[in-house]
Amino acid sequence: MIKIEKLHKSYPIGNDSLHVLKGLDLHIKEGEFVSIMGSSGSGKSTLLNIVGLLDGHDSGNYYLNGQLIENLDEKKAATLRNKFLGFVFQSFNLISYKNALENVALPLYYKGINRKERQKIALQYLDKVGLKNWANHLPSELSGGQKQRVAIARALVTQPKVVLADEPTGALDSSTSHSVMELLKEINREGMTVFVITHEEDIAAETDRIVRLKDGVIISDEKVIKKATV
Amino acid sequence: MKFLFDKDTWQEIYSSVRKNKLRTGITIIGVMWGIFLLIVLLGAARGMENGFNKLFGDFATNSVFIWAQSTSKPFKGFQEGKRLTLKMSDLQSIKNEIEGLEFVVPRHQSQALAVNNFKSGNFGIFGDFPELDKVSKKNLVYGRFINDNDIKEKKKVCVIEEEIYKQLFDKDEFPIGQYIKINDINYKVVGMYKEGQIGSGGPQGNIHIPFTTFQQVYNRGNTIGWLMITGKPGYDITQIESDVKLLLKNLHKVHPQDNRAFGSFNLGKEIAKVTGFLLGMQFLTWFVGIATLIAGIFAIGNILLITVKERTKEIGIRRALGAKPWEIKRQIILESVFLTSIAGALGIIFGGLALMALDAYNSGEGSVLTNPTVDIPVILIASAILIILGTLIGLIPAQTAVSIRPIEALREE
Repeated sequence: MIKIEKLHKSYPIGNDSLHVLKGLDLHIKEGEFVSIMGSSGSGKSTLLNIVGLLDGHDSGNYYLNGQLIENLDEKKAATLRNKFLGFVFQSFNLISYKNALENVALPLYYKGINRKERQKIALQYLDKVGLKNWANHLPSELSGGQKQRVAIARALVTQPKVVLADEPTGALDSSTSHSVMELLKEINREGMTVFVITHEEDIAAETDRIVRLKDGVIISDEKVIKKATV
Repeated sequence: MKFLFDKDTWQEIYSSVRKNKLRTGITIIGVMWGIFLLIVLLGAARGMENGFNKLFGDFATNSVFIWAQSTSKPFKGFQEGKRLTLKMSDLQSIKNEIEGLEFVVPRHQSQALAVNNFKSGNFGIFGDFPELDKVSKKNLVYGRFINDNDIKEKKKVCVIEEEIYKQLFDKDEFPIGQYIKINDINYKVVGMYKEGQIGSGGPQGNIHIPFTTFQQVYNRGNTIGWLMITGKPGYDITQIESDVKLLLKNLHKVHPQDNRAFGSFNLGKEIAKVTGFLLGMQFLTWFVGIATLIAGIFAIGNILLITVKERTKEIGIRRALGAKPWEIKRQIILESVFLTSIAGALGIIFGGLALMALDAYNSGEGSVLTNPTVDIPVILIASAILIILGTLIGLIPAQTAVSIRPIEALREE
């Protein structure tokens, strides 16, 4: 699903440039539940931005769904994001003046689906994350965990190939974190490829595969041995 | 185009406007003020023009009046200071020799005491031909103007102005067919007219009698008091004026450079001055109005820039969710056009109301403004300018909105 070969990325800082990703090789197959671990500055956010088509890379190859990503203009990138990717952010990034249902329906608007259909699909996904009764609430009326659930519903609504979650539990307490992870797991069980970025060990431990990143290189890539759920 | 009729599009605009109610309101007032000024000033300018037209309206505007004075230069054995008088034969010569004349109307003029029973007054009395009605339109309330038969038979008939009727007759008396005494001669009243604001006589109003009757009654032989000459459309009245004067100098044996021998008043020239002034005022109005409009629209551009800046993160989210740059742009441009249109519509409405108020408080005789209005095409032009400028100014914040990379926009707090 995601295939990265010798990926390099550096950012210009003044006259110098900061080499953030130093030749990454990563292959994520369809249906995997992968977490990228690393301390801040390890390059994990940069990797997510590149995978999420929010940023370009300098050299190396990136295949998304078998398609080589190169020379993307904003328009193409937007279409691909809409079609293949669903985002879940640490700070939820819901639009404050739209209610939960409208937030979930937004990607469908950009996909060009008509209003009625949008509402129907969005409600279906809100139901899936257990917030059907909160459809008409504004984000400010929801708790952190609920907001993240809305965000997850929004990420899923276009039926993407990959869900990219950037520190999805970073702003949540441990019990809500756990329930959000449970939701992501459930989605994964239904066949969705989920790609989580985190710096928390116990969050990473709930995924199936942990890729550790340090100073722009992968230092380990291992399957998680499933413990019995407590 | 489908996007224009999409409920979501308008919902977006509504929510964005709602977030900045006060600021949006103040900005709208800026543009509104611009178009308001444009409409009111244009209406006032039009009202003034109408006022002037009403003043001059009764006169053919390409007219010149010519009369005889005394010579100021000796010529062909005549001393300077020779008294000159226009004659009926001059009239024929002018008609024969000068090109581009529409009407040449000779007139006589005097003061006379008019009496009706116990009422009397001093009025201007004119000896006129029927053609006068064509050069200086008489707005007849009752009866008729002098006709050819009156001229031929030197009839003792008169046409009076409404003002004279008010002074000589009782309130409900019907003037036509009555007799009034002018310098002890009885004249039958055949017509009554209403004078425009500029009459050729004093404020007392005028009495018109047949030219031939005037000549006979006041012993004027075959002389002419003065001439009213009207040029055909396309002929320069100033040229006609100097041609006629040169011809008259020739006929009366006057030095060609004698500028005082014949006097004249060129109505065309005077009106051109006023028209020029009105044109200048209209130009100024457009200039001021559009400049104010542009200032207001820049304010809208400014407010949208701020809004876009505030919504950077939101725009970033939308783009992460798959909004194409064009979809973001058109939203902001539409917002700009929407705001300018609303402001424009309000400005036009208030401008119209202000003109109505102006008209209501300023109607009646002697008002400065007559029927101050603005043509629909002018409104359409103003609206078109507004929408075009709104679109152009919207491009700036729209470009700003998509120039930030989504990843940076998302990082914004």
